[in-house]
Amino acid sequence: MGKEVIVVGGGIAGMQAALSLRERGAEPVIVERAERLGGKLAGWHKLFPTFTPAEEVLGPLRRRVEEAGIRVLTGTEVEELVPGGVVVSGGRRLAGDATVVCSGFELFDARLKEEYGYGIYDNVFTTVDVERMFNEGRVATAQGAAPRRIAFLHCVGSRDEKVGAHHCSRVCCITGVKQAIEMKELFPAAEIYNFYMDIRMFGPGYEELYRRAQLDYHINFVRGRISEASQTIDGRVQIKAEDTLVGRPLKMTVDMLVLIVGMKGGASNGSFARSGGLQVAGNGFMQPLDPFAGNVLSQRDDVFYAGTVTAPKNIGESLNEGVAVAERVAGYLKL
Amino acid sequence: MKRNSWQEYQKDVADDGYYYLRSCIRQNFFPGSEKAFIRILREELGRDLYDDPAHTSCTGIGYHSDVVPHQTIMTVVARQFALAAEAGYENLAVSCITSFGVYTETLETWREFPEVEEKVREDLYRATGRELRKPKNVSHASDIIFHHREAIRQRAKYPLVNRRTGEPLRGVEHIGCHYAKIFPKEGIGGVEFPYVLAGMIESWGGEVVDYPERRHCCGFGFRNYIVQANRGFSIANSQKKFESMAPYKPDFIVTNCPGCPMFLDRWQYTIAEIEGTTYGEDGKGIPVLTYEELAGLVLGYDPWELGLQMHQVDVEPLLNKMGTEYDPAAKYLMPNGKYIGRPEPAMVNLGAE
Repeated sequence: MGKEVIVVGGGIAGMQAALSLRERGAEPVIVERAERLGGKLAGWHKLFPTFTPAEEVLGPLRRRVEEAGIRVLTGTEVEELVPGGVVVSGGRRLAGDATVVCSGFELFDARLKEEYGYGIYDNVFTTVDVERMFNEGRVATAQGAAPRRIAFLHCVGSRDEKVGAHHCSRVCCITGVKQAIEMKELFPAAEIYNFYMDIRMFGPGYEELYRRAQLDYHINFVRGRISEASQTIDGRVQIKAEDTLVGRPLKMTVDMLVLIVGMKGGASNGSFARSGGLQVAGNGFMQPLDPFAGNVLSQRDDVFYAGTVTAPKNIGESLNEGVAVAERVAGYLKL
Repeated sequence: MKRNSWQEYQKDVADDGYYYLRSCIRQNFFPGSEKAFIRILREELGRDLYDDPAHTSCTGIGYHSDVVPHQTIMTVVARQFALAAEAGYENLAVSCITSFGVYTETLETWREFPEVEEKVREDLYRATGRELRKPKNVSHASDIIFHHREAIRQRAKYPLVNRRTGEPLRGVEHIGCHYAKIFPKEGIGGVEFPYVLAGMIESWGGEVVDYPERRHCCGFGFRNYIVQANRGFSIANSQKKFESMAPYKPDFIVTNCPGCPMFLDRWQYTIAEIEGTTYGEDGKGIPVLTYEELAGLVLGYDPWELGLQMHQVDVEPLLNKMGTEYDPAAKYLMPNGKYIGRPEPAMVNLGAE
């Protein structure tokens, strides 16, 4: 029997890490909080910048995990690190020779930006709500109508001192562009406005998609953040913003306001780190040993990281870390 | 409205034993309001409230107009605190929103910069021989009415219900800027969905109107109004609010700031004179009340004792909806029966004709 490795989290990074570890002869066990493997990607419809269905990434990963006979504990939460393993929900101890933490990120709770009225006004949505609507095959306002004007607001819960989030969540800009295009395809007559601070297109094909959004889809990008949202008498959403490129305030009424919510570190990162002598970075994500050669390593020899547990990342980066971490674990366990 | 978040913003409001800090302008603008507050606290609720003739203006208007320096206003504030402590009170009931903002800002400044507090302490002692002792609780007077809103409801003679239809009366609430915009934690309900006045309306049987320009400035704004050349901004702000709230057909507007009721009331007259536009029912204005006036009406106080004849927009349409008993002929009579004169007829007060 090979060395046992506990993989905390069954999202894409966790699944890829387990698969790569299995290829190297280890015995990975995936511990997943939810009832099903997939993590945040399980709620997503299509992926930027190629509009690939999320299922095309997720389905094969799930299938390979199953075919490889990797042990999976769903509905189980890892509560703390202990010598020689972890303690899972219910106080049960799980032994392992190494632990790979792939517990991912949490979404910013848009209700904390009270000025946008999420959870109060019916036609204020988040990007997660929009993906759910895409998945359900029905995108409509709360009144059931086709939207004629939609506003997206970037950086909700990212780069915002007021909510204690100084970091950039990276993938939200391109998500906003992707969803704007998808909305335009669904509702060709609709006017779509994306309100932004900066547009950060860091990945391959992102900048090109942003350009297409403007040239081919006529999506309006307005540099300025929305200051407040209110409900109008007919249930639409009135927004106020400043167009900082022309230096003028603006007010408009939209049928849907979509808040592009950012990523934040897991709420349990602090207690988890304390239980095992790990470090949490100032932004709330776990702190890897170093950001260059040691970005899948932790402050402990037997604990490793992969995916968005250490910082916002896209899918390709998360999967790559799943592969890379297996190399490091193999070195540690002398596989 | 699904106003979920207000309960997350709670503040401690003292239950009894208040040192009352009056406003320097409210007694001119709405002369019955502070008197009604004292009556409600003492006579209705049986609370101890000290109305000290020795305290002064907080000088907030001067501070926000750049004529009173920060160090000076903090020393004035320190004197008010010292007076309260000397009188044996540790809970402040602040009538004015700007004063409330000044007191909370001062305490926060001292918390962050203890050396500033020490300097003020020395200045106060040198100037007056008084010793600074900080209050335990600083609440705006509207916080205190909110705190006692259920006790007021139990004594209500005229709830906020249309007597004829049985429907809740629709109230627009407008919160003064310095209530929670400086420190959201100091306001009941926070800054985006404040609940201090909404809670009173709901408790007393009414319905709160949320309208798109709810958060917009009332039109006061020290520089909008005190600088005479800027008064166009002031009236334009008020007009924007009226245009936005009118489709919801509010029965009244209630406010918790000295400036807001003044401007929301007077500018309705001015807009009617300039443009011929009114925003209330039947071509009249929308009555504007302070929270003490609203509480007083709910408790059945005589509207003319509450000073409602001093409003530019006639309140009779609201009184009639509530079923308030009042003597129209007594509207412009002093308590001693002397006739004080009446305003010239205008669109917003035709109700009196």
